[in-house]
Amino acid sequence: MEVVFQRPQALTEEKFSYCPGCHHGIIHRLVAEVIDELGIIDNTVCVSSVGCSVVNYQFFATDAIQAAHGRAPAAATGVKRASPDSIVFTYQGDGDLAAMGTAEIIHAAARNENITVVFVNNAIYGMTGGQMAPTTLKGQKTTTSPYGRDSKREGNPIRVCELLNSLDGPAYLERVSVHDPKHVIRAKKAIKKAFQLQVKGRGFSLVEVLSACPTNWHLSPLASIEWVQKELMAYYPLGVFREAGEVDGEC
Amino acid sequence: MKGNEAIGEAAIAAGCRYFFGYPITPQSELPEYLARRFPEVGGVYLQAESEVAAINMVYGAAATGARVLTSSSSPGISLKQEGISYAAGSELPCLIVNIMRGGPGLGGIQPAQSDYFQATKGGGHGDYKVIVLAPASVQELADMVGTGFDLADKYRNPAMILGDGFLGQMMEPVDFAGIKKSKIVEKTWAVGCKKGRERNVHTSLYLDPEELEKHNIKLAQKYELIAENETMAQEYLTEDAEIVVVAYGLVARICKAAVEKARSEGIRAGVFRPITLWPFPQKELRKAVAAARGVLAVEMSMGQMVEDVRLCLEGRLPVRFYGRAGGMAPTTQAVYEEIKKISLECKGVE
Ligand SMILES: Cc1ncc(C[n+]2csc(CCOP(=O)(O)OP(=O)(O)O)c2C)c(N)n1
Ligand code: SF4
Ligand SMILES: [Mg+2]
Repeated sequence: MEVVFQRPQALTEEKFSYCPGCHHGIIHRLVAEVIDELGIIDNTVCVSSVGCSVVNYQFFATDAIQAAHGRAPAAATGVKRASPDSIVFTYQGDGDLAAMGTAEIIHAAARNENITVVFVNNAIYGMTGGQMAPTTLKGQKTTTSPYGRDSKREGNPIRVCELLNSLDGPAYLERVSVHDPKHVIRAKKAIKKAFQLQVKGRGFSLVEVLSACPTNWHLSPLASIEWVQKELMAYYPLGVFREAGEVDGEC
Repeated sequence: MKGNEAIGEAAIAAGCRYFFGYPITPQSELPEYLARRFPEVGGVYLQAESEVAAINMVYGAAATGARVLTSSSSPGISLKQEGISYAAGSELPCLIVNIMRGGPGLGGIQPAQSDYFQATKGGGHGDYKVIVLAPASVQELADMVGTGFDLADKYRNPAMILGDGFLGQMMEPVDFAGIKKSKIVEKTWAVGCKKGRERNVHTSLYLDPEELEKHNIKLAQKYELIAENETMAQEYLTEDAEIVVVAYGLVARICKAAVEKARSEGIRAGVFRPITLWPFPQKELRKAVAAARGVLAVEMSMGQMVEDVRLCLEGRLPVRFYGRAGGMAPTTQAVYEEIKKISLECKGVE
């Protein structure tokens, strides 16, 4: 019998700790498939952040370090500078990347640090129980914006790709979604591109993945997918924001 | 050579090739020196966006097994505490230099010793210790870069050099021959290329309380081992001293001059200088006060190390404190007066 579908090598046997309908698992699988396809499992270093994916060093079958909340781009910078042959990626939520680690992500991008960032935007603090995130939409109710986010009171959501796109630094910025198969395929292409650019030494690549958090959105997995399409994608348009030209050969 | 620059050259001699930092007075000559020198020796110098980022870069570089250095002064060291706690929790070795200035808050830019508590009692959150070395000359400052890296590697723990602004700024001759780079050990735990081995993972996260307690116990045992084996101190005329002055860093040199003056006036005084602040040289101090009737702790702070002195002596001897702060240094004369006072007091008790 021919095996047509199996666990990527870059995932361990460990069971995911994510809720039903959560998109973290899909995104993990895509990253792992890309690591397999690029044949980089032996020199990839995962930099885990603080959020629901905090223990993803248990899931990726690569070397890994766990970074403090928001500091993954700085820790990844340290790894990459000291071990330039390693392929280094961070995996960060919106609270981690766009609140606590705002300075770290902006400066890693501005330096065009040769690392890859997988940025999972679920518009909420998943791990800590559904508090307002920097990417929480206007009007969105969370435990700390119980009346709905009012920009006069709670400020405005941050569009990370657009923000980073104002910098000269980054080599690649794309926003994708994983709410249906077509978009999953697109998301994988983006993640692969991001890692490939790092392999080629092109610099900072970031893929923002819109992601469902049914648990803290208080929606069913199915209704969450609709919410991604209707609400999240309306405020956070998908697309490539930055793409550095291909370079010849150089690794 | 200037103290701050000597640290940079010593780091190169010790085989360190990675530095992440952020400018702050009075230690900026060190990053400036390395920004100039590292490219010549194939090192990586990176000015981070903050001390927070710098220490987390250190954390990442340390995980690859690299010898990595960061430096700052008091307010910046406060910002580094998060990363130091993570490095201690993940058992990643690195060397941190604090060229202290006065505080709290923005304080001033003049020399002080007011970060003793922060350096020796943990500093950030959680049950951990940092190995703290306190040099008293530019030569010692340079030598301790090698010692600091070696101890950090040996115990897989952050180490810190705690100096003050005077030491960073002053010029003294220095010889780098003694800094052996030989001790760079192989680090099988390093991340980077896992070909032919199991994967390496570094984390300080233990969600299961039993597991975290085990980790805490393991760390505590390591700290006990360090405390047993790595204390260092220097003594000057303590053997017959009825008054022992305890001071660290440059202040100890001032105290030495004061002790000499006291001796010339017939007071048998001596100086005990802790070289490791954590672990505090308890055994050594207890021995040094064998003939003493009183102890005087002198610091450029409102009294921090003096608490460890009292703890160590457990009330067996009167311990007096004399301190200057805010960038003011104790004078030889003032320390001498204090020695005289405590000497009279102790005679009175007799
Ligand atoms: C310094 C610090 N502050 C706060 C926290 C608590 N905390 C843990 S995860 C988190 C937010 C995570 O949200 P996000 O990054 O969006 O990840 P998600 O769980 O949504 O995937 C917070 C605030 C922490 N661990 N460290
Ligand atoms: S809380 Fe939300 S983000 Fe976290 S695992 Fe559950 S669904 Fe996913
Ligand atoms: Mg989130």
